[in-house]
Amino acid sequence: MLNFTIRRLLTAIPTLLFIGLIIFLLLELAPGDPMAQVPLTVPPEVKEKMREALGLGEPTHIRFWKWLVQFFIIEPQIYLDNTFGTAFAEGKQRVISWQTRSPVMDIVAQRIPQTLWVVGMSYIVGVLIALPIGIISAYRQYSVFDQVGTFVSMVGYSVPPFFSGVLVIVIFSVNLGWFPSIYDTTHQVVDWDSFVLQLKQMIMPVMVLALQTTAQISRFMRASMLDNLNQDYVRTARAKGLKESVVVMVHVLRNSMIPVITVIALGVPGIFGGAIITEQVFKVNGVGQLLITAIYANDIPMVQTITFIFAVLIVLFNLIADVLYGILDPRIRYD
Amino acid sequence: MKLKYTLLGAAAAFVMAPMAMAERGSDGHVNIIYWQAPSIMNPYLSGGTKELEAASLVIEPLARYNQDGAMVAWLAESVPTVENGGVSADLTTVTWKLKSGLLWSDGSPVTSADVKFSWEYCTAEGGGCAQSEKYNDVVSVDTPDALTAVVTFGVSKPFPYGPFVGAQAPIIQAAQFANCMGAKAPECTDENFAPIGTGPFTVTEFRPNDVISLAANTNYRDANKPAFATATLKGGGSATASGRAVLETGEFDYAWNLQLAPDVLANMAAAGKGTVVSSFGTLVERIMVNLTDPDPALGDERATAKHPHPFLTDINVRKALSMAIDRELLVEIGYGTAGRATCNVLPAPAIYASTANDACLVQDIAGANAALDAAGWAKGGDGIRAKDGVRLSMLYQTSTNAVRQDFQALIKQWWGEIGVETELRNIDASVFFGSDPGSPDTFQKLFADVEMYANNFDGTDPESYMANWECKQAPSPDNQWQGNNMPRYCSDDYDALVAEMATTGDLNDRARLAKAMNDMLMQDYVIIPLVDRGRVSAHSNTLGGVVLNTWDSELWNAADWHRM
Repeated sequence: MLNFTIRRLLTAIPTLLFIGLIIFLLLELAPGDPMAQVPLTVPPEVKEKMREALGLGEPTHIRFWKWLVQFFIIEPQIYLDNTFGTAFAEGKQRVISWQTRSPVMDIVAQRIPQTLWVVGMSYIVGVLIALPIGIISAYRQYSVFDQVGTFVSMVGYSVPPFFSGVLVIVIFSVNLGWFPSIYDTTHQVVDWDSFVLQLKQMIMPVMVLALQTTAQISRFMRASMLDNLNQDYVRTARAKGLKESVVVMVHVLRNSMIPVITVIALGVPGIFGGAIITEQVFKVNGVGQLLITAIYANDIPMVQTITFIFAVLIVLFNLIADVLYGILDPRIRYD
Repeated sequence: MKLKYTLLGAAAAFVMAPMAMAERGSDGHVNIIYWQAPSIMNPYLSGGTKELEAASLVIEPLARYNQDGAMVAWLAESVPTVENGGVSADLTTVTWKLKSGLLWSDGSPVTSADVKFSWEYCTAEGGGCAQSEKYNDVVSVDTPDALTAVVTFGVSKPFPYGPFVGAQAPIIQAAQFANCMGAKAPECTDENFAPIGTGPFTVTEFRPNDVISLAANTNYRDANKPAFATATLKGGGSATASGRAVLETGEFDYAWNLQLAPDVLANMAAAGKGTVVSSFGTLVERIMVNLTDPDPALGDERATAKHPHPFLTDINVRKALSMAIDRELLVEIGYGTAGRATCNVLPAPAIYASTANDACLVQDIAGANAALDAAGWAKGGDGIRAKDGVRLSMLYQTSTNAVRQDFQALIKQWWGEIGVETELRNIDASVFFGSDPGSPDTFQKLFADVEMYANNFDGTDPESYMANWECKQAPSPDNQWQGNNMPRYCSDDYDALVAEMATTGDLNDRARLAKAMNDMLMQDYVIIPLVDRGRVSAHSNTLGGVVLNTWDSELWNAADWHRM
């Protein structure tokens, strides 16, 4: 298992470099101009000067090389400097966003908490709701509960958040006035009242996102349970006279969880990616909103860096899912 | 308590507005929402409106424009003119006097050295200053004493109010930005996010593209202002969501730039929590007619002056295209109270607005048909007019935007009624307005027969705006497709007017010239103006003192805002 992990980590390096290059070239070839949002009243020669100040005049390969150096050498040095008070990166050029003229990683670090709180919470809530629904639906297949669960899952799958999000805002913010429609990212929880306010402003985005997670995971859970419920070992367990709760919750559930856990692990990078649409709808300005505004503004260093971080997370969590699979299921051996 | 407070506020607002603000910070917190989130607080590094307006809460110019487009002294004691001796008779030097006793928010005095520094900062080599045009032709800024700055221009400037006027060219603190000149400008993150200013507020926390937390400037020049102790400027979302937050849920006090369908806005306003305000500036939605041939077969010479357009060079065709449009209907569908039909590309300020072209306000399909018939364009079997084998078939492009696509569909139909065939195309705004010389889809290249977009000019002086349609401003491969003369209009008479305006100082003469230029463009039908677009914003019914200003930052008078 250790060999396998090391081998996978090593092959991940060229993979990621290749992904980095592809992202860079795609952005390079895509039409667009970082000055497109500057009003027309700013004359073209001024815009040209601004472009030069952004470093756009340099050839492609030099800019790619600069980005690699900045991302892989200087940014980790900055991290070390901040953690241990060293001065490796002093005076070195970091990855700078074109919109804000400030280091991209600082902004990403600033956005991560919002995203983790809202999107991460919705993932946890979604999974916690999905698992029991999946179990009961499978155990009582074709019952009313199962039918309703299937219906809700289908709704969760098919209703996009730009619809459900606005719908809940209209109901709960505009008509009932219970929850704020705009998320306050500067809000700090210090006492009970501020905690309640935080709950209030989180509940709508969390539930809208959780609906989607629930839909997906509960279907997986149900299918996986159904696969196992008809296995011979279940009949054996029942024949041994084990209680039904033990049969389902211990024997069947443990075996059914194996594929579900990998699915859950594979979904984790998506949390960091944020939820572009839901973040926009509720003004939770997290990583997703950061990415979409950077795309609109043609802020290439920002788009490149964020997409690459996503790529790293996806490769990493794929590996984690594989390793987890091996640990949970003794039949799987990689060596 | 609340009722008493409201009544008091209302009474005070009616009797004497300034008295409503008893003291600085007494009205608590104000929430402002911009659906485009500001990225930086330094307007010199971003030409974007959102950054400009956010920064205007903190840093201020020497003079700015009020809601009527008139110039008012801001950090300066008065606006220098030839009459008061502030501008030299040969129009080459301007003497600005700072108000005495001005302090930066850190407590240090504002001096003429800061004024001089602002010019040096923006014109430093390698800085990529977005507002460098404001400082065109400035050769020196002298500081004879701590409160006097003398701006000297290399040429005679009939309108010398580019430098240090308006939200685009504010004064920044020399001490803070001294190490941020030129190529170093982008490295000064802290400075660019939290400039020290003279405005009513100071930045306490800046989160790029998200939210700005501000607090009242304790050194603000009026001891009783601002009325709000703290302010939040939240960014992001959409125009709909920010309109809803002010008009329907009342979470926010002020929402900027609500470009929404008129019925949507009216529905929101019906909730009774806020007020929609609109005001008109110089932004005109217009169709640019290509006088050159965009045929791809011409290769590199496509859409250049070497190849005149096969049929749009006929003034009768251009005139008919304009006559066929019902501008009132376009306003009703696209902009409601935020728009009005216009027949001028220069609709404001009032002294520059011509009335010579108002006939276009009434749609005249029959007249357009008659004009085309008379010019020999006969309808063929398919209903499309043709002459000498040339069919009136056009490509009509614009940026991707719901209102623009509605306009395209309507105009296509009207043009169909006069026997002109139209193919529609829309291009993503970042490509269309981007000036990538490699892209064939930019609005400068105009590889189409007509295109539609909106444009305006900063401040109130139309000189440089009207100079857009000089011969030499035509985009072509020779100038990397830069320039704003999209129709490739070229008239010696027009160029002569531009040259004359550049040397004319008298305001009435300038108005006459600007009107003459506008009328020339309109009567040649090379630009077909459609809608004079206003600015629409909304404020909560509890927020007093809002005066919508399209000539400067919308937040220009935030110091006077108060709770009612």
